[in-house]
Amino acid sequence: MSDLNKLTLADARDKLRDGSVTSVELTEACLSEIEKAGALNAFVHKTPEIAMEQAKAADARIAQGDAPAMCGLPVGIKDLFCTKGVPSQAASGILEGFTPEYESTVSQNLFDAGAVMLGKLNMDEFAMGSSNETSVYGNAVNPWRRGNDDAQLTPGGSSGGSASAVAADLCLAATGTDTGGSIRQPAAFTGITGIKPTYGRCSRWGIIAFASSLDQAGPMTKNVRDAAIMLEAMCGHDPKDSTSADLPVPNFEAMLTGDIRGKKIGIPREYHMDGMPDEIDALWANGREMLKDAGAEIVDISLPHTKYALPAYYVIAPAEASSNLARYDGVRYGHRAKLAQGDGITEMYEKTRAEGFGHEVQRRVMVGTYVLSAGFYDAYYNRARRVRALIKKDFEDVFAQGVDAILTPATPSAAFGLGEMDDADPVKMYLNDVFTVTVNLAGLPGISVPAGLDHQGLPLGLQLIGRPWEEGDLLNTAYALEQAAGFVAKPGKWW
Amino acid sequence: MSIDKDTAARVAKLARIKVEEDALPALAQEFNTILGFIEQLNEVDVEGVEPMTSVTPMRLKRREDVVTEGDQQDKILSNAPDAREGFFAVPKVVE
Repeated sequence: MSDLNKLTLADARDKLRDGSVTSVELTEACLSEIEKAGALNAFVHKTPEIAMEQAKAADARIAQGDAPAMCGLPVGIKDLFCTKGVPSQAASGILEGFTPEYESTVSQNLFDAGAVMLGKLNMDEFAMGSSNETSVYGNAVNPWRRGNDDAQLTPGGSSGGSASAVAADLCLAATGTDTGGSIRQPAAFTGITGIKPTYGRCSRWGIIAFASSLDQAGPMTKNVRDAAIMLEAMCGHDPKDSTSADLPVPNFEAMLTGDIRGKKIGIPREYHMDGMPDEIDALWANGREMLKDAGAEIVDISLPHTKYALPAYYVIAPAEASSNLARYDGVRYGHRAKLAQGDGITEMYEKTRAEGFGHEVQRRVMVGTYVLSAGFYDAYYNRARRVRALIKKDFEDVFAQGVDAILTPATPSAAFGLGEMDDADPVKMYLNDVFTVTVNLAGLPGISVPAGLDHQGLPLGLQLIGRPWEEGDLLNTAYALEQAAGFVAKPGKWW
Repeated sequence: MSIDKDTAARVAKLARIKVEEDALPALAQEFNTILGFIEQLNEVDVEGVEPMTSVTPMRLKRREDVVTEGDQQDKILSNAPDAREGFFAVPKVVE
């Protein structure tokens, strides 16, 4: 059978179980596509030996009638996840050569469920970026193009390699992480599905930390059903992460009925941004109609502190990053600068961090250092944490009014060209996350579903935001939206 | 609040990142752009609002204060740029 790499997780699973395909065949099909897709720069550390070994083991399990949820399904892992014996460097020069002696809980959960790892995926350095342009490996490239224009576009970020690989069918699905929109924005830019679960659903243990109160892992997949299957395999309580929720994980896939009759969907008026392209507005209005036609009740809602989410995020995230990234000191792992005669330990720290961190990471670490420094802690950091409490309360208030989910655009634009934002000030790039960052600040689950194409033929996504711990209900609403939108477009193959 | 070159140098020092003298003015300018954006937070009335500490309120679990995964010196040192005789090695700290 050809094009095995194009299968969804659900279809591949069913074929593995009925014996019409083997994991070795699926894995070989993906590895062969990865070899041909160097131009996308999605896979940055390939692990074909591990993949083939895991695929053979999966085939043996299936033959014995022991086929857990992800058994034999080949996936890519974002470089932010520590994978035992495999380079894991968060796309940073400072972790050059780092090969962990341990496995992250999420990747271990996937392996326990039988998943096959094809390799590590490109991303923005330490997940700081919205275009995958801050990576030490170079840019990941979006498989989508504007019509016949051969200009290279960003796959979004920070999980840009994951998005590019799934959209180009190099793997069946991939892991991502999302601190301010890093799963949902690249999913929207590449026409795939991405869910960030409730904060605490996925263990953060073994995921290289950016901003610990915001970071969450999640799946990036070809459709909503696959997101349900893979999310269930990824999450669960982990004693090694003190913020991991000790709650049962439901069977998310079983909750996909597509029946959303009587559900109350909120449309937040504050998400109508000045200067938002008409196409985004039209897409949003379409989504509203689709959910209404499916039997949901549409209500206008207000989330009054929305405007302050990005500025609060750009205090809290850099503050936490400056603390988390203090560990990169050239002593325990990764890069250490060559020292000059007479250099002491302070010079070692300063040179190592100047050489090892890229520009955006340095900038955020220093902004974080500033807002936490004596005399500014209250004015910036504590104020941002107070505003964060208000942003969370905005959501609690609308959920208390009976709203089940909130519909918004996923991004303020379609994918832009690589290099197009080079001359823009950093704040302009930060605006990419304007619709997604509120969800991280409030710890809520959010999903991006592809819902249409813009006038240049590029995918656009809609975001649904759910109640805490109700990923199952959120996935079901997303499933109804997906069915109504009927998005089936794929990028034309040029790579 | 405007950040000047000296403040930028002080922040770089606190963050232990070496920034060359001639790069400081541009860095200060970037800080000012970002902090200017952040200034919007001053419009919000936060009177009586507690700063958020945990986004999903939960009691942190407790466990016995015992070694769970010890005796891994080799593994811990395996990624060190300079490890000697079972220790991390760094430039001389005390004269």
